Amino acid sequence: MRDKEMITPEINIEEAGRTGVRPLLEIRDLAITFKTGSGDVQAVRNAHLTIMPGETVAIVGESGSGKSTTALAAIGLLPANGAVSGGQILLDGEDIAHASEKRMIELRGNTIGMVPQDPMSNLNPVWKIGYQVKETLRANGRPSGTEDIAKVLSQAGLPDAHRRANQYPHEFSGGMRQRALIAIGLSCQPRLLIADEPTSALDVTVQRQILDHLETMTNELGTAVLLITHDLGLAAERADKVVVMYRGQVVEAGPSLELLRNPQHPYTRRLVESAPSLASRRIQVAKEQGVEASDLLAPAAEAAVADNVLQIQDLRRVYKLRSGLGKSTDFAAVDGVSFDVKRGTTTAIVGESGSGKSTVARMVLQLEKPSEGRILFDGVDTSLLKPKELFKFRRRVQPIFQDPYGSLDPMYNIFRTIEEPLRVHKIGDAASREKKVRELLDQVALPQSTMQRYPNELSGGQRQRIAIARALALDPEVIICDEAVSALDVLVQAQVLNLLADLQANLGLTYLFITHDLAVVRQIADHVCVMEKGKLVETGSTDDVFESPQQDYTKALLNAIPGAKLMLPPEVA
Amino acid sequence: MVRFILRRLLQVIPVFIGTTLLVYYMVFALPGDPIAALFGDRQPPQAVIDTLRSQYHLDQPFWVQYGLFLQNLFTFNLGNDFTGQPIAASLARVFPVTAMLAVEALAIQAIFGVAFGVFAGLRRGGWFDSTVLVASLVVIAVPTFVLGFVFQLVFGVQLGWAKPTVGANADWGSLLLPAVVLGLVSFAYVLRLTRASVSENMNADYVRTATAKGLSRPRVVLAHILRNSLIPVVTYLGANLGGLMGGAIVTEGIFNVPGVGNKLYQAVLRSEGPTIVSIVSVLVLVFVVANLLVDLLYAWLDPRIRYDQ
Repeated sequence: MRDKEMITPEINIEEAGRTGVRPLLEIRDLAITFKTGSGDVQAVRNAHLTIMPGETVAIVGESGSGKSTTALAAIGLLPANGAVSGGQILLDGEDIAHASEKRMIELRGNTIGMVPQDPMSNLNPVWKIGYQVKETLRANGRPSGTEDIAKVLSQAGLPDAHRRANQYPHEFSGGMRQRALIAIGLSCQPRLLIADEPTSALDVTVQRQILDHLETMTNELGTAVLLITHDLGLAAERADKVVVMYRGQVVEAGPSLELLRNPQHPYTRRLVESAPSLASRRIQVAKEQGVEASDLLAPAAEAAVADNVLQIQDLRRVYKLRSGLGKSTDFAAVDGVSFDVKRGTTTAIVGESGSGKSTVARMVLQLEKPSEGRILFDGVDTSLLKPKELFKFRRRVQPIFQDPYGSLDPMYNIFRTIEEPLRVHKIGDAASREKKVRELLDQVALPQSTMQRYPNELSGGQRQRIAIARALALDPEVIICDEAVSALDVLVQAQVLNLLADLQANLGLTYLFITHDLAVVRQIADHVCVMEKGKLVETGSTDDVFESPQQDYTKALLNAIPGAKLMLPPEVA
Repeated sequence: MVRFILRRLLQVIPVFIGTTLLVYYMVFALPGDPIAALFGDRQPPQAVIDTLRSQYHLDQPFWVQYGLFLQNLFTFNLGNDFTGQPIAASLARVFPVTAMLAVEALAIQAIFGVAFGVFAGLRRGGWFDSTVLVASLVVIAVPTFVLGFVFQLVFGVQLGWAKPTVGANADWGSLLLPAVVLGLVSFAYVLRLTRASVSENMNADYVRTATAKGLSRPRVVLAHILRNSLIPVVTYLGANLGGLMGGAIVTEGIFNVPGVGNKLYQAVLRSEGPTIVSIVSVLVLVFVVANLLVDLLYAWLDPRIRYDQ
């Protein structure tokens, strides 16, 4: 008998070669409803999904698309106000959509395991790692001695497992915590593993190691994986099949490569186009206009001033680490970094967490003093600026930070937020400031009515636009973007990057872009500085660095971009 | 850890000197003559007054009086009160009684406060939660002396479940009713604190992960919600122990408990400097030790807190 699976009403996927095998998990017509203060909200509608034993299926979608909700329903962990309101979740033929809590406790751990998203918050800080593994083994009726715990941990790739088992989560790095969570998720050898954005909080190179390891382990154990991710490149690289969800519905499903090469649904097409890990070029429009803009600006610029708006020379920042008994050791967060930033261009500093890239940004912003070295702005050493000159300097160099939730004051409405820098610098009167705020909102493509609203009423992308408008308020020359798009969904991220590129073209802005995401660098930067452990290991034009990286570290970073190997053949522009 | 404890114990010295100095000075500065007060309306011969004055060093300047007090303290001789009784002996009589009362009240707060708080927090918005919240608000709003008299009347006199007053021979049983009254207000606070903490931790990611591991509900609640929720509660309970020891004046008065509160109140009425300062000194020690215990308990509950640095 041939097994025909209805993935969506339109698309049939033939389970060729798996004749007669029953699906491990089959989700049919699933609907999930949340009760909220303002009535019922249907988070998931008509979701279909099939996972065969040992197979990896990815659900891709932006935040709010219902991908995590669907996965949580499969393990019976919907939030208290959410419930399955229709359809079936068949696990080996048994409908568990409305299974009793007792039955779910039997299934969890043993049959369905989970690796959660954020390694920082998913381990209980008050228990030792070993104990958190032990209770999992014990709850599922498996041997839970010291040796068993060590074995589970070392299988997940934690070296020195005996000692590690006796440590607390706060003594682990993010990558190690994620390994511990993978160890816990797979400790009872479940048949299905739900991996909910298992690496989105980690650096790309760590991400790669962890996903590789997860793949090896699940292959060995024959575990089927339901991978939840917002990254289409990652999904295509890791999964046999991809299911795309949009606003609570499955819009497209099929074998990964096929779906990537030939997306049918308009949303999938947009997703493929804007997936940063798949884009192969700098945002073109901007680059062309950018050149033009800097040409236009060139005559206006004073001849004496070099083309380099920022010159970083032998920058060093040393922190003293306390090592007990009044002793301290020096730790160089930034060690001998030099590079120039040309006016009207974008320079990106890339590196993993702890590479010192944000420390460089803070020193350029004069938020932190360098231990050694100089930062020249327009040829002037910034460390020699008097308080008044520093105040003027701040007008010309503005930051945009990572977290659009944290960097806007929740008690200020949008007008006050954008107007504040103008008021602080005593620019114009009330009427002209209001006019300026309206202009700025136009520039960042937000309606002027946004002025009366508050940050919590806006989406992440809108907030980041507000942060950009605030940075632009003082007509700065240089904008320092510290992970300015890292917290945003791919589509929103693409919009914000386009906006930044347009603004650069129109206003001749210079960007210093701090990011861990090489894919973003590819899209926006002209020059790249690669940092590792405080040192600048490679610098060059974006094209050179991407096409012929010189350093092993840069190669490792590039290889680690999810989907890098699947990069689509570049279309002719 | 040992270094931390030692350092904390050394900190007791300045705290101790500071508080005793302050209290001694305030007693010294009180208007009225304690010797004259001893004799009530009678006018004793001047010679008697002078003898008594020099006997209690009341004719000496403040610094000498305070110095003598400290000297006595370090020789474990607290001196006599104005009725001629050794202060040490009367402290040894009253402190155990109040300690029993405080421990009983603390146990009531901790056990019932945490238990009720956990149940309310787990089912936020349920009937138990709503009932308990309103009840705790009433308890907080009504002054202790009103609660005390009502309990005394209802449980002690009308229902006869407990002795309405404690009297000279205090034991665990007879102290139960005053302990309930004494612990009730803080019980309400502990309950609310636990409830808030539990309902916040319930939604923590690690709690969901614990459930996903296949743990039973009671295990998730005990190992992953309760322990993490206890951290703020423990702070409050520790700070409260000092308050229970020293602040039982009203409750001890209502139930006629021969404890620290009563003794302190009488000493204040008589301007008996040495007695007041002796009691306060012991209370300071209790406070310091209670806070030290809280800090140690903290480190045990939350391994991220380390004091050796």
